[in-house]
Amino acid sequence: MTRIGVVTFPGTLDDRDAARAVRLAGGEPVALWHADADLHGVDAVVLPGGFSYGDYLRAGAISRFAPVMSEIVDAAGRGMPVLGICNGFQVLTEAHLLPGSMIKNDHLHFVCREQVLSVENVDTAWTREYTLGEHITVPLKNQDGQYVADERTLDELEGEGRVVFRYQGWNPNGSRRGIAGITNAAGNVVGLMPHPEHAVEPGFGPDGARGPRTGTDGLRFFTSVLHALVG
Amino acid sequence: MGRVVVDVMPKPEILDPQGKAVAGALPRLGFGQFASVRQGKRFELEVDGPVTDEVLAAARAAGEQVLSNPVIEDVVAVYEDTTESVGA
Repeated sequence: MTRIGVVTFPGTLDDRDAARAVRLAGGEPVALWHADADLHGVDAVVLPGGFSYGDYLRAGAISRFAPVMSEIVDAAGRGMPVLGICNGFQVLTEAHLLPGSMIKNDHLHFVCREQVLSVENVDTAWTREYTLGEHITVPLKNQDGQYVADERTLDELEGEGRVVFRYQGWNPNGSRRGIAGITNAAGNVVGLMPHPEHAVEPGFGPDGARGPRTGTDGLRFFTSVLHALVG
Repeated sequence: MGRVVVDVMPKPEILDPQGKAVAGALPRLGFGQFASVRQGKRFELEVDGPVTDEVLAAARAAGEQVLSNPVIEDVVAVYEDTTESVGA
C-alpha cells in the first residue's frame, strides 16, 4: 500500500485529519515527527495545518529548520510529492520550496468558512483527478492567509500555469490575484491555504450538492497522489 | 557582555495590516496627528564578549537569513545597543 507521511510539528493541529484523509483515499498514513530526520520510506508527504511553534517569528519560519524538513526539501528536489496545507503552505514558502509568503489577512480577522475554489492546474501530483476550471468547496480557516509575492513572481506563476487554485466569489484574505494555492515548476510540490483534508467524508465536510455536510471535494487531492504514485 | 539590535520592517510595497489597524485606533485615543503607522520587529541579540565587527556581520546575516523573510520584510538596521549594561 502506498505510504504517505504526515508531519507533526509542535503546534500542528490537523495532522490526524490529514492522516484520516489519506486512509479514506486508500493510502497508508505514516506519522512523521518534526525532530526525526527520517522519512521512513514514505512515497509522499503532507505538511498539515495548525500553528507550528506558535507561529513565533513568522508563520512556518521555525518549522523550516526542523530536522525532518531538510529530508523533505531533499526528497522534494528528487520529485517526491509534497502537499502543504495552510500552515504547511507557510512552511513550504519559508523553506523556499514555493515562492512568495503569507501575511496577516487584509481585514485582520481570523476567517473560518466554506470556500469555493477554482482548480486551474490539473497536472500536479495532487490535482490530476480534478477537471480544469472545476469549482470545489472546502473549509478555509486562517489568520495569516494573505498570499503575497512581487509582481514579477506573480506574472511568472500565472505565465507558467503554476496557480493551482484561486478563490471564487470572495477573496477571503486579500491574497494577490486571488491566489489560494500554487505549485513548483515540476508539479510535485503544492501548497494552499484552504483545507481539503476537512472535506473527505460525508457527514463531516462542508455542505454539498446532496445536502448539508455531504461535501467531499477534498478527497481527490489524496486519490490523485495515490494514483500518481502507482501510475 | 554586549548587545546587538536588529530592526526588521515590512517592505514598503507590502501593505501592513497591523500598522493600519494601529493607525485606525490612534485617533480614537486622541492621537490625531499621525497619518500612518507601520509595525515592525526589534530583535536584541546578546553576546558574551564585546560587539565586534564579526558579531555585527553575523547579526546582519542572521537578520537576513532567519529573523526576516526577504519576500515581505527588510532588515533596516543592525547596531550595537550601548544604552544600558546588559544583565545589570
